[in-house]
Amino acid sequence: MSEVIHADHHDDHDHGPEKGLLRWLYTTNHKDIGTLYLWFSFAMFLVGGVLALVIRAELFQPGLQFVEPEFFNQMTTNHGLIMVFGAIMPAFVGLANWLIPMQVGAPDMALPRMNNLSFWILPFAFGMMISTLFMEGGGPNFGWTFYAPLSTTYAPDSVTYFIFAVHLMGASSIMGSINIIATILNMRAPGMTLMKMPLFVWTWLITAYLLIAVMPVLAGAVTMMLFDIHFNTSFFNAAGGGDPVMFQHIFWFFGHPEVYIMILPAFGIVSHIIATFARKPLFGYSSMVYAVASIAFLSFIVWAHHMFTVGMPLAGQLFFMYSTMLIAVPTGVKVFNWIATMWRGSMTFETPMLFAIAFVVLFTMGGFSGLMLAITPVDYQYHDTYFVVAHFHYVLVPGALFSIIAAVYFWIPKWTGKMYNESLGKLHFWLSFIGVNITFFPQHFSGLAGMPRRIPDYALQFADFNMLSSIGAFIFGFSQLVFLYVLIHTIRSGKPAEGRAWEGAKGLEWTLPSPAPYHSFTHPPKVTDAEVQG
Amino acid sequence: MSSATEVDNSIYYVPERGWYPVFLAFGLMVLVTGLGSWLNETRAGEAGSWTQSLIGLAITSFVLYCWFAKVISENAQGMNNAMLNRSYVWGMGWFIFSEVMFFAAFFGALFYVRALVVPWMGGEGDKGLTGTYLWPEFEAVWPVISNPDPALFTNPGNTMAPPSTPSAWATYLPFLNTVILLSSSVTVHFAHTAIKQENRTKLIGWLGFTVLLGIVFLGLQVAEYIVAYRDMGLTLGSGIYGSTFFLLTGFHGFHVTMGTFILLVQLFRALKGHFSHKDCFGFEAASWYWHFVDVVWVGLFIFVYVL
Repeated sequence: MSEVIHADHHDDHDHGPEKGLLRWLYTTNHKDIGTLYLWFSFAMFLVGGVLALVIRAELFQPGLQFVEPEFFNQMTTNHGLIMVFGAIMPAFVGLANWLIPMQVGAPDMALPRMNNLSFWILPFAFGMMISTLFMEGGGPNFGWTFYAPLSTTYAPDSVTYFIFAVHLMGASSIMGSINIIATILNMRAPGMTLMKMPLFVWTWLITAYLLIAVMPVLAGAVTMMLFDIHFNTSFFNAAGGGDPVMFQHIFWFFGHPEVYIMILPAFGIVSHIIATFARKPLFGYSSMVYAVASIAFLSFIVWAHHMFTVGMPLAGQLFFMYSTMLIAVPTGVKVFNWIATMWRGSMTFETPMLFAIAFVVLFTMGGFSGLMLAITPVDYQYHDTYFVVAHFHYVLVPGALFSIIAAVYFWIPKWTGKMYNESLGKLHFWLSFIGVNITFFPQHFSGLAGMPRRIPDYALQFADFNMLSSIGAFIFGFSQLVFLYVLIHTIRSGKPAEGRAWEGAKGLEWTLPSPAPYHSFTHPPKVTDAEVQG
Repeated sequence: MSSATEVDNSIYYVPERGWYPVFLAFGLMVLVTGLGSWLNETRAGEAGSWTQSLIGLAITSFVLYCWFAKVISENAQGMNNAMLNRSYVWGMGWFIFSEVMFFAAFFGALFYVRALVVPWMGGEGDKGLTGTYLWPEFEAVWPVISNPDPALFTNPGNTMAPPSTPSAWATYLPFLNTVILLSSSVTVHFAHTAIKQENRTKLIGWLGFTVLLGIVFLGLQVAEYIVAYRDMGLTLGSGIYGSTFFLLTGFHGFHVTMGTFILLVQLFRALKGHFSHKDCFGFEAASWYWHFVDVVWVGLFIFVYVL
């Protein structure tokens, strides 16, 4: 490499971001792209939240109040799709973009232009998907799992756009994951060996593998749908020798790893936060890594527990039941380690820690209801009831979402150079914590009593629980506006934060000033034991 | 992996901001919404319009052309270091893995149908009752030449099964295609050896021959599809056999088309004097892709045609 180019290159690093809109459209900077991802996911979170509130408003009382059943179906479907693909996943990718290069001591992501492409596909894909709601015949109305034949033979015309939107999101996820893998495996600073990597990096590395393995399978599934709809193939039509149940197998082969894609990075985040505010090293670092790897492996062999009632051989039911229960072992290891990290720590309870502790408690509850659902004979009663809704909302809202919120509070001093307002943060936490439990806890009971999911009306006996649930949902939903206010307030007028914003925080990102410079590590940092988690 | 210790990553090339990604995303959106409306129009019985899809394809292709040209010129100026080149290797490797998983979905569907669905519909085991009840006439054989409901899905007139006498394999088209594609993997390897020996004439010769083999393969696939549709009555609509046959071989054929095109680009680059024995990742990535489509074909030949 010639001296001239070397010098040029350093010029690149010296100037800050460009001004104006083009900065965001054309950027190759991991921090800019991370910011784009995070704001996009927040916008999608609000959109998906509005759809959820439409659902809860309708279910406030028995009978049909506000919307037609057909529209209700579109709300449940799009709420699920937007939250999974538009809010939770991009938020984790945004965090990965912001944090992984700083945490491994790299100048940027490995493939910066592709990084920008991964992001900019998303607004187009979601614009297309959300626009289907305004098309003739309405948007997707077949549930976020889009089972055939609801999504093929009986689907509205807009399903074609939905299929292409899924293709685009899949391409975005695959490129994002390739980028993350290349960054982690190739760009670590000298001395940052694999078993010294921060857990957020580890969990994302494993998540990226899951994404690369299953997003193409999802693409295959929607492609088969596309051909069944438009070219008269019969993959999911028994009259031609296919099988609608096969759709469910293919979908859940994607879908189960997918739900772990939405939780593994959360495990990483929570491990950072709990160790920081307990002011102790993380308990059992290597067992944490192995536990995440085992969970990821097991996620490929448990998919049919989502479809016990659909009809499968007894041997299949037994296999999927036991393999599912096996997941409780590595998950238990993780929960044990988080508690052991807190044990006799000098703990303080700032907002990120509150969200992290709530994560441990409430995610564990969601895990236990998952164990109940894994028991095949019992699942025959629970299947497609509100018990399932309660279960997966417990792992996704106070699970995945709380970890994302915790991460924002934890790292926002690093991102903006400013500290959020602690009282407002705590207010946000308590409103969310109370709201989420009022919303979803009663759903366990209505589900156990037999209330089916995805239905706009219900029997009178479920009225009290549903009213409670709707009140909780509105509390939770509107308390997120507090979050929005906290974010804007922090960016505009937060108090300046130190480089190491938290007393007990370890990691290379805390060795940088706050806000982190536009290009983090132009020269590889020295990795000292003091900054290593393991 | 461990060589991160040897490389100075302070000179890792982070490209300046660029217009390619956002325009590529835009082009893709124009392309797929165009395809979507074309599909919906034709399904409604109207004459669909291709215009928007073609515009989208044009934008996408143009951006990709500029993007790759930029990357190639940056590399030629020496901006890439060993570390960035390793990022490309990881990137291409895992991209191919994602492609493997895409085919896995279709192979999975094929195996699931053959091993479970068809026998169940023929009345086998606990789950056989539905089949017996709905379509008592249905016989569980693979390939399915008589569909459960032939009124909805016309029966294929014939299948792609291989001839029973070994001597007839010489004229069995899928077998010829196997020979062609396997040979092309060897010829592309010869081209790679030629780069390592810095022998440009040999490189151009073998690479050109590989592209030619790819084109011949595709021509024979098209011929096979024409025979299937016109003479054999085997179509996308002829039940699960036609569905799995055409989607597996069709997506493979699409990948061969892409692979041939990528190799053709490498051929033009070779003619322009690109590639040295130290610096030929563009070629190597293309050849890995080519070996990958070759391996998929072996799977197809065994499970779709022969067995």
